[in-house]
Amino acid sequence: MLKIRNLEAGYDSLKVLRHISIHVSSGEIVTIIGANGAGKTTLLKTIAGLIRSQAGEMLFEKREITRLAPEKIVFLGCSLVPEGRQVFAPMTVRENLLLGGYVQYQRNKKKEVEEDLERIFGLFPRLRERETQLAGTLSGGEQQMLAIGRALMARPKLVMMDEPSMGLAPLIVKDIFSIIRKLRDEGNTVLLVEQNAKAALGIADRGYVLETGRIILEENAEDLLSNRDVQRAYLGRDLDTETKI
Amino acid sequence: MFWEPEKECMDREELRQLQLEQLQATLSRVYMNVPFYRKKFDELNIDPDEFRSLDDLRKLPFTTKNDLRDNYPYGLFAVPLREVVRIHASSGTTGMSTVVGYTKNDIKNWSNLVARVLTAGGVTKDDVVQIAFGYSLFTGGFGLHYGAERVGASVIPISSGNTARQIKIMQDFKTTALVCTPSYALLIADTIQEMGIDINALSLKYGLFGAEPWSEKMRQEIQGKLRIIATDNYGLSEVMGPGVAGECLERNGLHINEDHFLVEIINPETLEPVAPGEIGELVITTLTKEAFPVIRFRTRDLTRLMPEPCPCGRKTVKMQRVMGRTDDMLIIRGVNVFPSQIENVLMSVEGTEPHYQIVVDRKGALDEVTVMVEVSESIFFDEMKKQHELIETIKRRLASELSISVQVKLVEKKTIERTEGKAKRVIDNRKL
Repeated sequence: MLKIRNLEAGYDSLKVLRHISIHVSSGEIVTIIGANGAGKTTLLKTIAGLIRSQAGEMLFEKREITRLAPEKIVFLGCSLVPEGRQVFAPMTVRENLLLGGYVQYQRNKKKEVEEDLERIFGLFPRLRERETQLAGTLSGGEQQMLAIGRALMARPKLVMMDEPSMGLAPLIVKDIFSIIRKLRDEGNTVLLVEQNAKAALGIADRGYVLETGRIILEENAEDLLSNRDVQRAYLGRDLDTETKI
Repeated sequence: MFWEPEKECMDREELRQLQLEQLQATLSRVYMNVPFYRKKFDELNIDPDEFRSLDDLRKLPFTTKNDLRDNYPYGLFAVPLREVVRIHASSGTTGMSTVVGYTKNDIKNWSNLVARVLTAGGVTKDDVVQIAFGYSLFTGGFGLHYGAERVGASVIPISSGNTARQIKIMQDFKTTALVCTPSYALLIADTIQEMGIDINALSLKYGLFGAEPWSEKMRQEIQGKLRIIATDNYGLSEVMGPGVAGECLERNGLHINEDHFLVEIINPETLEPVAPGEIGELVITTLTKEAFPVIRFRTRDLTRLMPEPCPCGRKTVKMQRVMGRTDDMLIIRGVNVFPSQIENVLMSVEGTEPHYQIVVDRKGALDEVTVMVEVSESIFFDEMKKQHELIETIKRRLASELSISVQVKLVEKKTIERTEGKAKRVIDNRKL
């Protein structure tokens, strides 16, 4: 579904991504783990078109997306749930979701928007309860649900999520991750960037380890979990005392 | 039957993407973790970040057995020893042994790849697998053992040697699959015959043989004598051990596990890639190894790639059975001669047994090759004229195959020493 070869990107003269080659196949949850500053967010932003790549190629369903504007990439079916939620605080939950469905109007699928709204409310009953509440007044976990819901409103083929667990209580993180798994079970494809490596590898099929802008490992999620380098660097030495998620 | 159909039948384009991803990750890792590679890359001004396609592999230096020896024992490990759960050493067929290590994940991958090879060769969880490879530093025994367990077969870890006991166990435990070197399989077959055991009373169905080169004729011989389907498999400890490649039941070339190993064929003299399909030296880069990754390892094994699709449905490229080793290559009066060429000729001549030895001497300034070959008793006790005819036939065929003349000596059955491991085919008496 997504195929990236030798991607280089960064900010002005600062090169953050060296030569990234990754792929995501249909129906997979693929996770990219790595320390702070490894380039995880840059990678997702570059795929989403928010940052221009400096070299390399990106194919989404065999179509070159390297030079496309972000809205075109969303239109093609690749949506981003940004880091730190970034919901529209002064708007209601419903309005936020409808904005996410904007691309459906462009696709002349206006009728489906209502259906999709129902689907999102089915997935996140909490959002239905708060339908008319302003997004800015939601809790962190609810805002994350809203951000995911907003991305799903565009009926993406690939959902990219940037640190969905960030700043959330462990119990809420558990909810969010079970929803991600559910999305996959319903046939969605997910590219998940996480600092919470244990939780991410727990639901992913495959994973990449990103270190200072380079991919240093590609393996089954299960194998990465048992990789001692990964354990030490990203899971904390003492696995047993880590908060169960 | 496939063990991992999604990998073994992977679309070529997807495979290339995966290989590129893994190659880039491997290069980043060896550059970070192995001083030997970092130094070598720096010397040659190679920036692992400049790797954009699989073809860029050609810019990298080769790794040789000598590099491994120079870094004996742990110098090329890419992880600290505390992460290594297993250590093996090469069988030392030629010279000093080399040491390799495996992480927990390496062992898991290894078992899985051997399981693929066993499955391709017909083994299922219903089989009783007798592993007559040595269980030691040599990777053969443990490699096949873990793979067979992974498949779910019942594994008999008998190890090599004690042929009479091998046969007794084979009878009593109702072994259905035999795993060993082809020359040992033949020794077992002959011993069974000698002991007067009815081969049909055995339960053997499959034989998976490797660790030394053998010929098609030898396969026919083993299949006929043991009434089994015999497949070839390939591996070497420096790269992982068994599980690098293995034949499917088509028995026409060994499928390479390309999602773990990137292969090239080079001309051993010019070190340039050969034309597609041509014979040359196999060079392997590991794509998933954690403890002991190797970059462009020169295997010294001679083979060619067979890109044509295989009827079995696997999409991985096949390599022809190994035809010999570049260091087995004998230079006789300036001509390159491979023992496998001689074997092929011998096997094609009626009346010879698949046991032979090549003796090289230097008489004055001239190299002289004598091929000693066992012949069936009937011929040996036959009239001189027939023996003479046989010698002449072999000589003529060898001369046309090798472009040099060799001496041929017929010997009685059982004259040539039998081995339980790798057969010793060449005795080079030249003092060079």
